[in-house]
Amino acid sequence: MHPVVKLVTQRIALGLLLLLAVSALIFFGVAALPGDTAQAMLGQSATPEALANLREKLGLNEPIVWRYLHWLGGFLTGDLGVSLANGQDIAKSVGQRLGNTLFLASCSAVIAVPLAITLGLIAARYNGRWPDKLISGVTLATISLPEFVAGYIVMYFLAVRWHIFLPTSLVFSSMGFLERLQAIALPVIVLVMVVLAHMMRMTRAAILNVMESAYIETAELKGLSPIKVIWRHAFPNAIAPVVNVVMLNLAYLVVGVVVVEVVFAYSGMGQFLVDSVTKRDMPVVLACGMIFAAIYIGLNIVADVVSILTNPRLRHPK
Amino acid sequence: MHNTLDIKGLRIEATSYPPGEKPRDVVLVNNVSVSVQQGRVLGLIGESGAGKSTIGLSAMSYGRGGVRLTGGHILLNGREIREAGPAELRTLRGREVTYVAQSAAAAFNPAIRLMDQVIETSLLHGVMSRTEAEARAVELFGKLGLPDPENFGRRYPHQVSGGQLQRAMTAMALCPKPDLVIFDEPTTALDVTTQIDVLVAIKTAIRDTGVAALYITHDLAVVAQVADDILVLRGGKKVEYGTTDQIINNPQEDYTKALVSVRSIDHDEKAEAPPVLSVAGVTARYRGTNFDVLKNITVDLPAGQTLAVVGESGSGKSTLARVITGLLPAAKGKLTFAGRTLSPALAQRSKDDLREVQMIYQMADTAMNPRQTVGTIIGRPLEFYFDLKGEAKRQRVQELLDEIEMGSGFADRYPAELSGGQKQRVCIARALAAKPKLIICDEVTSALDPLVADGILKLLLSLQAREGVAYLFITHDLATVRAIADKIAVMYRGEVVRYGGKTDVLTPPFDDYTDLLLSSVPEMKLGWLEEVLENRKMESAGN
Repeated sequence: MHPVVKLVTQRIALGLLLLLAVSALIFFGVAALPGDTAQAMLGQSATPEALANLREKLGLNEPIVWRYLHWLGGFLTGDLGVSLANGQDIAKSVGQRLGNTLFLASCSAVIAVPLAITLGLIAARYNGRWPDKLISGVTLATISLPEFVAGYIVMYFLAVRWHIFLPTSLVFSSMGFLERLQAIALPVIVLVMVVLAHMMRMTRAAILNVMESAYIETAELKGLSPIKVIWRHAFPNAIAPVVNVVMLNLAYLVVGVVVVEVVFAYSGMGQFLVDSVTKRDMPVVLACGMIFAAIYIGLNIVADVVSILTNPRLRHPK
Repeated sequence: MHNTLDIKGLRIEATSYPPGEKPRDVVLVNNVSVSVQQGRVLGLIGESGAGKSTIGLSAMSYGRGGVRLTGGHILLNGREIREAGPAELRTLRGREVTYVAQSAAAAFNPAIRLMDQVIETSLLHGVMSRTEAEARAVELFGKLGLPDPENFGRRYPHQVSGGQLQRAMTAMALCPKPDLVIFDEPTTALDVTTQIDVLVAIKTAIRDTGVAALYITHDLAVVAQVADDILVLRGGKKVEYGTTDQIINNPQEDYTKALVSVRSIDHDEKAEAPPVLSVAGVTARYRGTNFDVLKNITVDLPAGQTLAVVGESGSGKSTLARVITGLLPAAKGKLTFAGRTLSPALAQRSKDDLREVQMIYQMADTAMNPRQTVGTIIGRPLEFYFDLKGEAKRQRVQELLDEIEMGSGFADRYPAELSGGQKQRVCIARALAAKPKLIICDEVTSALDPLVADGILKLLLSLQAREGVAYLFITHDLATVRAIADKIAVMYRGEVVRYGGKTDVLTPPFDDYTDLLLSSVPEMKLGWLEEVLENRKMESAGN
C-alpha cells in the first residue's frame, strides 16, 4: 500500500476512535449531572407513582452502559431522539439550525481565509516595513475587541447610522439566497474580524520561517521578484502550519459563535444549545455536543490529511 | 572585447554585533581586483572568513545578511552593477550570471520537481520556450552523467542523492546559457569518492559550454584540477594571484607555500599493545527497519592508541560509535572494555563505564549549551563524576584549560565568544575532565579549516602521549587518518572491508574499495584528475 494511503487511513481511524471517546465523555458527563430527567419534566409536585412510570417509559431504570449503547446506536442510524421540552424530533430541529450555522460559517470563511492568507503574504513580503506593521496592527486590534463590542459597534454604524444593513439577522425558510446573504452581512463582518488575525499571523510567521532556507536564496539569485519568491518557493513549504490554523478557525466559526448569534438574534446551533441547557433538555444537549465534536474532529482530520498530502517526501517516497 | 567579469578595488563591509559591545563596521573584503574571460575558470581559495564566497556573490551584486558592497567597481559584461537597483539586478541574475551553492540538498526547493526548478530561469527571462528549455535540461543531465536523463527531471530533490543534486544544480546554472557561473564549494559536502565524479562533470560542462566561471573552494588540490587562474585570499585581502601552474608549482608567498605543502604532522604507528576496547561480531539495526546497518564488525583498539574508522557517508561509521556508547544497543556481538564486558544498552552501564568512554562531536557549536560559560561546561563532568565543588573544581577547570592550551580568562566566556577551533578545544577539555580511557572522536576536524584542524590533531596526539587515552577516530578524510592513526578500519556499506596497522592498510595491494577511496583523494598536482580516471578499478556507486 502507498504510504500516504496508509497514513491517511490511520489518521481517519484515529479520528473516529477519538469521536467515540468523546461521545462516551459527553454521555456520562451529562448523566453525572445532579437532578433527574423525569423530575425535571414533571416538576417538583409530581407524585412518586408518576415519576416511576415516566422513568420506566424513558428507560431510565436500565443500566447506564446499556442506555449509552442504545443512544449511540440511535445516533449512528440518524435517530437523535425526541426533545423533552416540546416533544419534537431532534434531528429535524437540529437540521435546520445546523444549516443556518454552516451557512454563516461558510460565508465568513469564504471571505476570511483568502483575505487572511493574502494579508499574511503581503506582511511577509514587506516584513518590518509599514505595510507589515499596518496589517499586524489592524488585525491585532480587531481580534482584541470582544465579539459583542465589535458586534454592537458594527451594528451602530452600518445599521443604525447609515442604514446599509438590517440590525438583526432573522432568517426564515422562505427567504431567497440573496436575502439571506444580506441578512447575515453584519455577523459575517464581525466573524471575519475575529478570525482574521490568527490565520494572518500564522501565514506570516510560517512564510518568514521558510524564507530563512537556502533555497529562497537560490530563488532570489535566479532573478525572481520578491512576490514570486514568496508565492512559488516559500508558500508551498508553509502550507501545513497554515492549514492547521485555518481549520481551527473554521471549527471556531461553527462551534464558537454563540455570542455573535445572540447579538444578532440569529437562530443557529449556538443559541439552540444554550436554550437547551437552560431548559435541561438533555437529549438536545447530547445531540448538539456530538455534532460539535464531530465537526471539530473532522476539520482537524482534514488539516492533518492536507499536511500529509502537501509533503513531497510522503507523497513521492524514494 | 571586454572581460566577462571585471572586479576592481572591491571593498565589502558588514556590521558586526559582538556580545556586550557596541555594533561596529568590519571590512570583509579590501581592495580585491580580479577578471575572468569567456571560457576561463578562476579559482578563489582561502580559509573560512577569507571572503571568497562574499567576493563570489558580489559578482551578482548580492550581499548575504547585512553585507554591503561599499567600494570599487564590479563590471559584468562591461556594465557597472555594484550600485544597480533591484529591478536591474533581477534582469541579470539567472540570465547573465548564475550560482551553484555548496549544499545542493538545501538549495533545491523540496516542494518542486527538479525539472521545473532547472528550467525556471530560462522561462523567467524568456531565454527559450518550455519545450526548448526541457530539451536543453535533458541534454545537460546527460552531459553531467545523471542516470536516465529523460526522466531525471520528474523527481523531487529528496528522491536523488547528494552527488546527483550537485550535478542537477550545475545543470540548473548552465540551462539559461549564462555568461558567468559561480561555483561556491560545489563538492565540499560530498564524499571523496563522489567528489571526483562531480568534479569531472563540472569540468567537462564548463569546457563544452565555453562559459566563464568562478570556482570557490578551501581545497587547493581541488581547484588545481579545474581552474586556469587562482586567487589566494586571506582575511579579505589578496595574497597571491597567478596561473594555476604558477601557484601550485612556484608559489611566491609564504602563506601560499603553507597551503601547497602537505600536512605537517608526522605520526609513526605504535607497537602492538593489549586492547582497551574489543568489538567482536557486532551487528546492529535501527528500530523499525529490517536492514543491518552494521554487519559482523570485529575490531580491536589498543590502549593509548588510535583506531581510525574511515568510509563514505552511510557506511556505518557513526553507527559504530553509537553502538559503542550504548545509544544504539547491538543486536548481536560483544563489547569488551578494559577487561570487562560492556552491557549493550546505555541504561545498564555503571557510572564508571559511562565515565571512561567520552565523546567529541563534529559540530562543537551544537554540542555545547550556548547559555553556559566554558567554566560551567567543563565543570559539569567534574561535579558529576568526581563530586568536585567550589575552589577545587575551579582549579581543575583551569588545569584542563591549560592542557588544551587556552590559558586563563576563558572560564568566564560563552561559546559564542570563541572561534571554531577554540570551541572544539573546550569540547576536548570536557571529555578529558572525566578522565576517560577512550574518547570517540566523530569527524572532529571536518568543520574546521586545514590549519586549525592541524592544531587540533597535534593537541590530540600530545594529550594521548601524556594521558594514555585511546581514540576511536571517525573520519572521511584520509589525510587526517595518515596524520593520527595507529590502526585503520575501512568501512563500506556496514562492513569492515580492510583492517590492520596503518602501514599495512595503506600499502598495496588494495581491495577495490580501498583503492577507489585512496585514489579519490585529490592530489596537489595538475592533471591528477585525468590520470586517476584512467587507472580506476571500480566505479564509485550510488552517487
